Amino acid sequence: MAHAAQSLHPSQPLKPGHSAKRHTGLMDWITTVDHKKIAILYLWAGGLFFGIGGLEAILIRIQLIKPMNTFLDAQTFNELITMHGTTMIFLGVMPVIFALMNAVIPLQIGARDVAFPFLNSLGFWTFLFGGLLLNLSWVMGGAPDAGWTAYTPLSGKGYSSTHGVDFYTIGLQIAGLGTLIGGINFLATIITMRAPGMSFMRMPMFAWATFITSAIILFAFPAVTVGLVLLTFDRILDANFFNVAGGGNPVLWQHIFWIFGHPEVYILILPAFGIISEVIPTFSRKRLFGYSSMVFATILIAFLGFMVWAHHMFTTGLGPVANALFSVSTMLIAVPTGIKIFNWLFTMWGGQVRFTTPNLFAAGFIPTFTMGGVTGVMLASAPADFQFHDTYFVVAHFHYVIVGGLVLGLFAGLHYWWPKMFGRMLSEALGKWTFWTFIIGFHLTFFVQHFLGLMGMQRRVFTYLPNQQFDLLNLVSTVGAFLMGVGMIIFLVNIFLTSRRPADAPNDPWEDGRTLEWTIPSPPPEYNFKQTPLVRGLDAFWKEKMAGAKAMTPAEPVGSIHMPSATILPFMMSVGIFIAGLGFMFSRDEFNNSIMSFLFNNYIVTALGLLITFGSMLMRSLFDDHGWHIEPEELEGR
Amino acid sequence: MTAAFGLLLAGCGREDLSVLRPQGPVAESSYALMKLSIAIMIVVLLVVFSIATYVWIRFRRKKDQNEIPKQVEGSFKLEVLWTVIPLILVVVLAIPTVKVVFAAGNDHSDDKDAIKVKVTGHQYWWEFEYKDYGVTTAQDLIIPTGKHIAFELSTTDVLHSFWVPSLAGKMDTNPDGTVNRFSFSAPNEGVYRGKCAELCGPSHGFMEFKVKSVSGEAFEKWIASMKAPESVMPDDPALAEKFKSQCLSCHAIGSMPASPVAPSLTGIGSREAVAGILLNDDTREDGAPILENLKTWLHDPQSVKPGNKMPNPKDMGLSDEEIDGIAEFLAGYTLE
Repeated sequence: MAHAAQSLHPSQPLKPGHSAKRHTGLMDWITTVDHKKIAILYLWAGGLFFGIGGLEAILIRIQLIKPMNTFLDAQTFNELITMHGTTMIFLGVMPVIFALMNAVIPLQIGARDVAFPFLNSLGFWTFLFGGLLLNLSWVMGGAPDAGWTAYTPLSGKGYSSTHGVDFYTIGLQIAGLGTLIGGINFLATIITMRAPGMSFMRMPMFAWATFITSAIILFAFPAVTVGLVLLTFDRILDANFFNVAGGGNPVLWQHIFWIFGHPEVYILILPAFGIISEVIPTFSRKRLFGYSSMVFATILIAFLGFMVWAHHMFTTGLGPVANALFSVSTMLIAVPTGIKIFNWLFTMWGGQVRFTTPNLFAAGFIPTFTMGGVTGVMLASAPADFQFHDTYFVVAHFHYVIVGGLVLGLFAGLHYWWPKMFGRMLSEALGKWTFWTFIIGFHLTFFVQHFLGLMGMQRRVFTYLPNQQFDLLNLVSTVGAFLMGVGMIIFLVNIFLTSRRPADAPNDPWEDGRTLEWTIPSPPPEYNFKQTPLVRGLDAFWKEKMAGAKAMTPAEPVGSIHMPSATILPFMMSVGIFIAGLGFMFSRDEFNNSIMSFLFNNYIVTALGLLITFGSMLMRSLFDDHGWHIEPEELEGR
Repeated sequence: MTAAFGLLLAGCGREDLSVLRPQGPVAESSYALMKLSIAIMIVVLLVVFSIATYVWIRFRRKKDQNEIPKQVEGSFKLEVLWTVIPLILVVVLAIPTVKVVFAAGNDHSDDKDAIKVKVTGHQYWWEFEYKDYGVTTAQDLIIPTGKHIAFELSTTDVLHSFWVPSLAGKMDTNPDGTVNRFSFSAPNEGVYRGKCAELCGPSHGFMEFKVKSVSGEAFEKWIASMKAPESVMPDDPALAEKFKSQCLSCHAIGSMPASPVAPSLTGIGSREAVAGILLNDDTREDGAPILENLKTWLHDPQSVKPGNKMPNPKDMGLSDEEIDGIAEFLAGYTLE
């Protein structure tokens, strides 16, 4: 697989005789290994799941609009909260993060693709099929209902008897595979494929954030992989990892889940930090204040992020020593986070701040995320957390961090890089409408929830008794949720209208671009850089602009460019895993139809799925594909 | 400043339910930490908001402003400043936190004067066993004012979390092997609302209970009446037979040994609520009279508390009249 990366250096001659395999239409999307197209796939798939998760949120808020509401029944409500959390985190925001990473990272570091284009495609398709599997639960006997944290024994077979939690464990397992693959790919890409002159300390902040995030993924996702395997075995093969009667322990699941789950929070928020660190300097026309301390703070947050998981478990009964240690370690995270916030503020200080839509979202991000951050420090104090834990105060806190932090960051990033991804500027007027409706709706929805929690409303309740002074605040919260929905619809309208306009965005549409992605056409050609650029400092493009140059100095002559071949194998592998997962899940079921029973109960379906996957892997191993070349004549012909 | 926030927050919520209106020392200590942390955090927010507002207004790009701003690399002094000040703030919050954490670690399990209560969570009801007295009850936890109550928490099914916001923070009920202990006390007489705070199934939101804090004498009197209950049965012998064969197959009453599958019915007529959520209130302000609540519950338990384990009495062969009769009997079954 390394040949794709190696042969980017034209000095190494490639074997002749590989002509370009080009597909069109749907086949093009299914077989593509181009990071820019995979980014678009991630964006649409993530957007689809984000929409599903958003509708689930609206249903939840309608149910809670008044006390003793009967809009939803209790079981459906529990399925909705479980799927809302799981969908939003694993299938909604993470793919959109990956969309931006895929679209931007190779361009920002001056590379022609990621290190492993084949794996990149595999990562997307496993994520998509895992997400589809999880959502199939709605039409195949019931969605998971034990919360996105799936605490045992509630998520065990004894208390959750439908296949819901099986869809959760196996769906997330498959989707998680994609995330892990993506993380490894970005680590390798950033380590090995930076343009000449781009040392680590000259990398754009978003590239740093992606690098650190990928490292967290590498260490955190194996934990959830193990946890999900254990839970799957408990449920399907009657193992006893979490069953007290069989010598297991349900608290073990909580540890495994949060050893993954807390770093996951930083997997989500660090990319947002990276985006904000790109948008603010661009629209302040000023370099990022305290670049090296920003890098240091990011690394420190990632490190501390692994040391604090038990703060999710203060009320589990860990004893005072553990509670004290995890309280203090959690509070410490406030320090590097504070460094970041002040550095952003001082980036704008003395600059020329322009409130374009991306920068509006970045400006909204700072106070909103800070509010989520300070409630995080409050939660870190264990004796206070005994009161906060599992109430609406916590719900408010993590929505401030994830929506007020990450989602505002993603909006900033999408508006900022949209012209680079699609060649079209989103409408600024509609973008500003999106911002104001979304952020006002957001604060209406979640600010009041702090008080609901403190007044005694626990989370995950399908309804509540009247006369508890909860009614008005819940009504306000629901109204806010609808306003956020309006913001999302305006964004979709903006995308639709923009897609009908001609693709005429210039290379540097914001005019003050500082990094390499703004030196090439929007959207970039499939090889990104005709000649690999030479990087002479931080904010490479800005540096050239200040020196009076219009373009980057090339680091190589125009030469033949090696490209990876399109392939359907990653898609096939993912289909295989999907079939195997479904087959395994139903392997102990009794069917009315004897043929079905025969196929599933003898693991024939599972075996068939694995055969497709391993068969595809074998094909990949046996038949070398050396890719193809774009010759200099073709490059000049454009 | 802390006091000002205290005043501001004290308006929030019911006295018997709100974290912001603590009614006992344990809740007070959590609340004190909250006030300290809120005060620190509001200062932080004010600083961030002020700088942000200033830069947004002062450094907004003006029309025909085209010169290139000075590209500042950073400032070592400022970086040190905003590293050290947050560190100091963290220390200010961490010291009392650690103190209170260890104070909360005193569970009074060895305290001879403490009242020891074993709390067991069930889908979706609470069992309270007074170990030193050999008394078991459900849904209403009766405690004497001023005494430390030493809790031992566990569950027979899924995880629950035992929470009385106005008296103390919550603690999970885990299965055997990871039994939790903690303690709180209530200086004043009153009825406080308790809730389950860990998702435990469809009726998680309805798994409520009450803590009734009474004087020492009243508590002793209650214990005595629980220990030597009158053997009461419905007056009508046919109904009594039905009650015995259908209800008492799961529920315990009077001197019967406590049942692990269903709440004890001893003195149910004196309780604050039926099924934890149908509040008994003759004034109808916050509920309904107990007889009405019992009828609502017994005629269709699933519609009141979805997913609960009690079979529908109608499915067990009880007629509407028999159900009403049992409801009347239970409503009159008080402990006096």
